[in-house]
Amino acid sequence: MRFRVMATRSIVNIGVAGLLLSAAPIGLGAYAQLAGSAAGKRLSDVPADPYPSTYAPRPSVLTAIVGATAYTGTGATVANATVVMDGGKIVSIGEGAPAPAGAVVIDGKGKFVTPGLIDAHSHLGVGPSPSLAAVEGTNEATDPNTAEVWAEHSVWPQDPQFARALAGGVTSMQILPGSANLFGGRSVILKNVWSRSVQGMKFPGAKYGLKMACGENPMRVYGEKNRTPATRMANFAGYRAGWVKALEYQYEWDQFNAKRAQGDPAAKPPKRDLELDTLAAALRGDILVQMHCYRADEMMQVLDMAEEFGYRVTQFHHAVEAYKVRDVLARKNICGSMWSDWWGFKMESLDGIEENIALMHDAGACAVVHSDSAVGIQRLNLDAAKSLAAGRRIGLNISDGEAIKWITLNPAKSLALDDRVGSLEAGKMADVVVWSGNPLSVYSHAEKVYIDGALTYDYDDPARQYRSDFETGYMDKENVR
Amino acid sequence: MRTWHVQAGVLSFALSLASPVLAAPTAIVNGTVHTVSGGTIANGTVIFDSGVLTAVGAGLAAPAGATVIDAKGANVTPGLINSYTRLGLLEIELVKSTNDTETDSALFSAAFDVAPGINPASALIPITRVKGVTRAIAAPDFGKTNFAGQGALLSLGEGAAFTVRPKVAMYMTVGETGKRLVGGARGAVWAFVRQAFADARYYERNKSDFDENRARATALTRLDLEALLPVLDGKMPLVVDVHRASDIQAVVALAGEYKLKVVLIGAREGWQVAGDIAKANIPVILDPTNNLPGRFEALGATLENAAKLHAAGVKVAIAVMGDQVAYNARSLAYYGGLAVQNGLPKDAALAAITKTPAEIWGMGDKVGTLERGKEADVVIWDNDPLEAGAAPTHVFIKGQAQSLETRQTKLRDRYRNLGAPSELGYR
Repeated sequence: MRFRVMATRSIVNIGVAGLLLSAAPIGLGAYAQLAGSAAGKRLSDVPADPYPSTYAPRPSVLTAIVGATAYTGTGATVANATVVMDGGKIVSIGEGAPAPAGAVVIDGKGKFVTPGLIDAHSHLGVGPSPSLAAVEGTNEATDPNTAEVWAEHSVWPQDPQFARALAGGVTSMQILPGSANLFGGRSVILKNVWSRSVQGMKFPGAKYGLKMACGENPMRVYGEKNRTPATRMANFAGYRAGWVKALEYQYEWDQFNAKRAQGDPAAKPPKRDLELDTLAAALRGDILVQMHCYRADEMMQVLDMAEEFGYRVTQFHHAVEAYKVRDVLARKNICGSMWSDWWGFKMESLDGIEENIALMHDAGACAVVHSDSAVGIQRLNLDAAKSLAAGRRIGLNISDGEAIKWITLNPAKSLALDDRVGSLEAGKMADVVVWSGNPLSVYSHAEKVYIDGALTYDYDDPARQYRSDFETGYMDKENVR
Repeated sequence: MRTWHVQAGVLSFALSLASPVLAAPTAIVNGTVHTVSGGTIANGTVIFDSGVLTAVGAGLAAPAGATVIDAKGANVTPGLINSYTRLGLLEIELVKSTNDTETDSALFSAAFDVAPGINPASALIPITRVKGVTRAIAAPDFGKTNFAGQGALLSLGEGAAFTVRPKVAMYMTVGETGKRLVGGARGAVWAFVRQAFADARYYERNKSDFDENRARATALTRLDLEALLPVLDGKMPLVVDVHRASDIQAVVALAGEYKLKVVLIGAREGWQVAGDIAKANIPVILDPTNNLPGRFEALGATLENAAKLHAAGVKVAIAVMGDQVAYNARSLAYYGGLAVQNGLPKDAALAAITKTPAEIWGMGDKVGTLERGKEADVVIWDNDPLEAGAAPTHVFIKGQAQSLETRQTKLRDRYRNLGAPSELGYR
């Protein structure tokens, strides 16, 4: 929660890294290749994507959900919809369309369908249950700049919280380092599937995020240790010093790359620096900057800093004062990842209002409902409902379907995955939730959750309610809710 | 039972001038009236006068001269009662200067009384009130000993309708938190508790020895022992923070042995020993979202705890605990809805935030239902009150209409129209 932050991701899998090579002066793929020729075997062993996703969609069958009301995630609503999934993808969605021959038909009468929910801000796996020092891995609060750490190296795949989030319809999430540090490290995007390894959960091809944090948390954590930063001005000095180093690092690589391109046999690669690998990738845009920031004035200063160093802030997290600067966030196309009604637990969250998300939406900004909580992640749909109701009470005209966008397509956009998930559109990953009733009602629950077309959770079938290794032998018979 | 107005002087005076409405009765007509005590009345009328409900029924005529509110079919409920909050004790959790919830002093434990710390001007009180919560327990948090001290019962009305009844309950923790406070083992918790109880009786019998400095050593200070006497006499509820099924059974046994009036709080594995709890007639205050196996003492936590306890005959009250206890006491009705989502019958959920807490806190004859003769805490809602995002359109406490304005609505309005010139001329 409040002590937790977001991390940045930098590269990802080979496919993406390959694309980056052509777009950037130097990519990690180039680095590895170069190291192989110029720096000996040890460096040459560093691959472009050293911890690649091994996720593979589970087996699935041609499935048609027929007769439900579909919130497509784009803001639209389709009545009496037929949603067809095959080969792990959405094949079609249409009103009143017949189910294709041979399909497993799910009767959706009286039910609702949405894309799988996406939480843009979670600490599942890094801050697991049970909450014990032995498994806690959210904050490397030993230095204000730990851009070198990767959240995935803390993730415990057996965290029982994943299964509970799945029962709430969550199919993908960004797992972030905490907010103790100015640069907290890399985030990782996971699909919510059971796996022996983190790699088996990693969203294939997703970009990393870089978690950064504004305000009180870094000041408090380091100020109390009589270290810098103890003030907001030192926070900014710390960010800027990090970016300056990253620019120099990038410059050295650019120089080296140019020499190598000219066939200079004496070209020697710069000394590799894990911290600067991440920061330089963020400056290049290969890693998305995910910035924890509560106060409006701080967000404005961060935007100037992004101009100063030529990078882009993808999303402000928590952003309880986003409503004060929603016009600016809309104009700059920066997402705000927000709680529906958390506020007041520290000074910088005192001005939180219930209408924050609805006002962001109304201003045309990318509004995202996030959880930052293993409890909240189980009912993102109801947080959207609360924000929707608050917006309507002040006269904002927002449809149910648009509110669903806050927990599907908008978080997908905030993770640069909106071309692959977040909506019920042909060709997208078949991450789909069937709800017992309107997901904006407290009386509804997720009945069936499909991930890449495979039925992964079923409310009515204990065999489709996976239990982590940790719980096995403690809680075998009860459901995971 | 002693009731006192926290703000005696200027504030109460000013607000009583501003509230001269008590003379005229108020009639809410055409409501869907959830009495909690006697079912739901379609086309219901609720009439109150001088702070007291005078009539509740179907299609009653408004008395002459009454202020009439046409509910147009909207849901009408009793004011909600939140059984576990920090209201008045905490403005901002991380701003320690605003936090009066616990003492880390070794001087006091059971004698710690939250009441003098209550701040009637807290911004959280209206923010909670506008979501239909009209009464709340302000409970101490656990400091350095197993006895956290004594909670207070608040009426959340404006001005003179804000009252504090101190010393309504004693708080104790016995599980993983409790054992940490007393040397690291459950066995030590129970030895300590028994010693404290024995010492309290010893103190009661030998007060003059304490006066003359002749008393033997005791586990707690004299003031703490004094504070425990109403608990041992079964007059003050002992609210016990406990989760593991076997710990709950130990508390149930303790309650029987000492004839204590025990209330369980948390009770994440309560459903596993629901029969024992029901048999002992011990109520449970729980958070219906609490389903994480976050501790080894709560591996059995489940969203269905409330439903299963209720089915076994346990009296269940709902509260907002965990991270949100400090600032989202307002979410009470929604939490009732979440319990319904997970199997608690709707009428039981509404009772768990009205009638049941009223009974637990010894005011079942005064509030918690819409019945003639009760204090007029009445809420009219814009939706099903348990639904996500539901909010009141009217809140009455002791018959007084409450403002729906809060610090948050004022901030919202300041930034409602970014295109318009601001009141200060710049933005």
